[in-house]
Amino acid sequence: MRLAPALSLLASALSLAAPRAQSDPGPDARRPLAFVGATILPVAGAPIEDGVLVVRDGRIEAIGPRAGTPVPADAVRHNLAGKVLIPGLVCTHSHVGAPAGADSSEPIQPECRVLDSLDVRDPGLRKARAGGLTTLNVMPGSGHLISGQTIYLKLRLGSTVDALCYRWPDGTPMGGLKMANGTNSMRRPPFPGTRGKSAALVRAIFARARAYVAAKERAAGDPEKLPPVDLRLEALAEALSGRRVVHFHTHRHDDILTAMRIADEFGLRIVLHHVSEAWKVADEIAARGVPCSLILVDSPGGKLETMDIDFHNGVELERRGARVAFHTDDGITDSRVFLRMGALAVRAGMSRDGALRALTLSGAEILDLADRIGSLEPGKDADFAVLSGDPFSVYTRVEQTWVEGRKVFDLADPQDRLFAEGGYGASDGQAWHLCCAGQGGGQ
Amino acid sequence: MSWRLVLLVATCAWLAGVAPAQLAVRGALVHTMVADGAEAIRDGVVLVGEDGRITAVGPAAAVPVPAGWRVLEAAVVTPGLVDAHSVVGLGGWLNQEQDQDQLDRSAPLQPDLRALDAYSSRDRLVTWIRELGVTTVHTGHAPGALVSGQTMIVKTVADDFESHVLRPFAMLACTLGDGARAPDNASPGNRSRAVAMLRQELAKARDYLRKRDADDPAKQPDPDLRLDALGAALRGEVPLLVTAHRARDLRAALRLADEFGLRIVLDGAAEAPLELDAIRTAGVPVIAHAPMMRAMGEAENATMRLGAILRDAGIPFAYQSGYESYVPKTRVVLWEAAIAAAHGLGADAALRAITIDAARLLQVDDRVGSLEVGKDGDLALYDGDPFEYTSHCIGVVIEGTVVSQAVR
Repeated sequence: MRLAPALSLLASALSLAAPRAQSDPGPDARRPLAFVGATILPVAGAPIEDGVLVVRDGRIEAIGPRAGTPVPADAVRHNLAGKVLIPGLVCTHSHVGAPAGADSSEPIQPECRVLDSLDVRDPGLRKARAGGLTTLNVMPGSGHLISGQTIYLKLRLGSTVDALCYRWPDGTPMGGLKMANGTNSMRRPPFPGTRGKSAALVRAIFARARAYVAAKERAAGDPEKLPPVDLRLEALAEALSGRRVVHFHTHRHDDILTAMRIADEFGLRIVLHHVSEAWKVADEIAARGVPCSLILVDSPGGKLETMDIDFHNGVELERRGARVAFHTDDGITDSRVFLRMGALAVRAGMSRDGALRALTLSGAEILDLADRIGSLEPGKDADFAVLSGDPFSVYTRVEQTWVEGRKVFDLADPQDRLFAEGGYGASDGQAWHLCCAGQGGGQ
Repeated sequence: MSWRLVLLVATCAWLAGVAPAQLAVRGALVHTMVADGAEAIRDGVVLVGEDGRITAVGPAAAVPVPAGWRVLEAAVVTPGLVDAHSVVGLGGWLNQEQDQDQLDRSAPLQPDLRALDAYSSRDRLVTWIRELGVTTVHTGHAPGALVSGQTMIVKTVADDFESHVLRPFAMLACTLGDGARAPDNASPGNRSRAVAMLRQELAKARDYLRKRDADDPAKQPDPDLRLDALGAALRGEVPLLVTAHRARDLRAALRLADEFGLRIVLDGAAEAPLELDAIRTAGVPVIAHAPMMRAMGEAENATMRLGAILRDAGIPFAYQSGYESYVPKTRVVLWEAAIAAAHGLGADAALRAITIDAARLLQVDDRVGSLEVGKDGDLALYDGDPFEYTSHCIGVVIEGTVVSQAVR
């Protein structure tokens, strides 16, 4: 009696295991797309009732109210009356896809790249699409002072990391540098045992990197005079030059100040991540103009550094004019309910506009991608999510996610729905990264 | 003491909410949860008398508030929430060795460990869930050992919690599956060994009960607290709370229940959708995993729709906050039920799953879970739809005492 359901489960498991076919785009692929009738929240600009979004070649060609925004005659029309259309969500800090960076041998390993480890077929990426996410900063963990190079991913349908990564104009994969202070990166030697030692080790390596850069400049291209290639210092040189943004894990108020102090000393472009005690030093953060990537979790504690985490972090920073983004830290929180984090910030007093910006454009700015994504404007990538209603209502569902004018998630598709809601097979092979949860639970 | 000081002290006591209850709670919408699908009362009033019990419930037009009573008002009023399974009070908020009392892994079978002896009513996580509407919590020893200990049902008060214990020994916390494996190569090392050990211990307890009931005192065995606790389960006084996610472990639990005539409650149960017929036929209720729990390990097949699936299958269930080993150290059952509400269950059934249905499952519905005359005056107040992300819990009442007016 049990055979039939078992077989059908097996069949569905097999079909899940196969990567989604990269379907032939077909003859309509070159036609423009028109999304008509939704309430559009472009983030850059006021809400548009009964709006029209025209997409051509993966980019936004036009956006505006129906009256005044002509739909090209040859466009493929999508009727979105009653729906809400928002920019694709940008997660500035994720761990989906089994990213690896540094190993456990030493505390400073900036030469390690997430690029070389990522599995973009991991169900975590499908779940992220189901949450309306279209861009991720995938990072190594926080168990090191410098744990490696992060990667910025565009959640296209694709089966290689190369197909998904953003690139700098020179063609190299784009990403930041992950750093951390506080207890996660404190361990037995050669790891630091105190906060003072943590800062000293970081200053020492950046001082070396600065000297390395100077030596290269002095060599002026002469191979005889160039210092031997040092990948570790090369990565830090990219942070010193400002090309590579430093994503700095930090919780406690004093650690937040230390992170900013080190950034000042070496001229680093940093983003503060988690920033659990941001409310205690909100003035200092705002005065220095350092952007924050916040996480809100459902209860305080769980580790000493998050004792005073507070939903008010968003509004306290917003009031002072600081740049605020949110992140999932997936699997700490689930990408499928990323909108909820903005809503919880609203619950604590943040403005709705500010919270939606923090889930989209502010994240794009933090990743140096605001010229391409984060808001719905002509010329930007056609990355967006179609919602059943108010972005900050629990009853709202993400119905579709689009990347560069291609649908990458559809709640009406049973397979996509499985990833959106969970159930048998939804997490097959999913890798979980709970940053430092394994180090004794709350160091 | 001058009369001024007396007055000051009395006023402070009143402000702190320790005054004897003569409390009226008025809500634009009062969800009484007295009957399936019953409409909420519009502009309703709940009166709580001096003994902390409800004396009247009804529309404001029909229930006059006696003169001099304290009145609280809110957009929405529900019964105080009932979290069907948590470890708050034992698993402390700091997550440091000294505040983690939810699991002792020195032995696989420790049914004698009482929740009462480890419960810290002033832990910040207890405060946290209280301020978010939870007035009754089923808490105790955590999943992670074959039999980790006992659970209890208690009000979320900070002070004198022993006067607010509804069941000092509510259930026996068991785990089947990988979570039951003992550390350091000790037994049980796998599923078969775990079930064999549990069966052996239950057989031993059955034998013990028989001998203990012997007429001749000389033939009575020495007291054995572990076997006493298992005996309580064998006598049907308490159910086994079996935390399991895999279908085969759910089956193993049902098999055990059948063999020993035990009452069981399935807990977590991520793969219950594969075993709906067996669970329904066995008449076993389910405390469903938190919808936002991480779908990892044995719970990889967790679904946000579990409540809807169980409801449609006719299986009694409640929602829980569950056990978390890291951040967040506890989930909030109100927020979990909200996700379930939005994933097929609907708001009314989701609210039932954290009020009256949870109370029934825990067999404390004679006191809590709905707003009815004679029941405890436990209420939660909100400034909007309790499930909406942007609504706040603005007041909490336990037995007529206002225990929170924080805006959460």
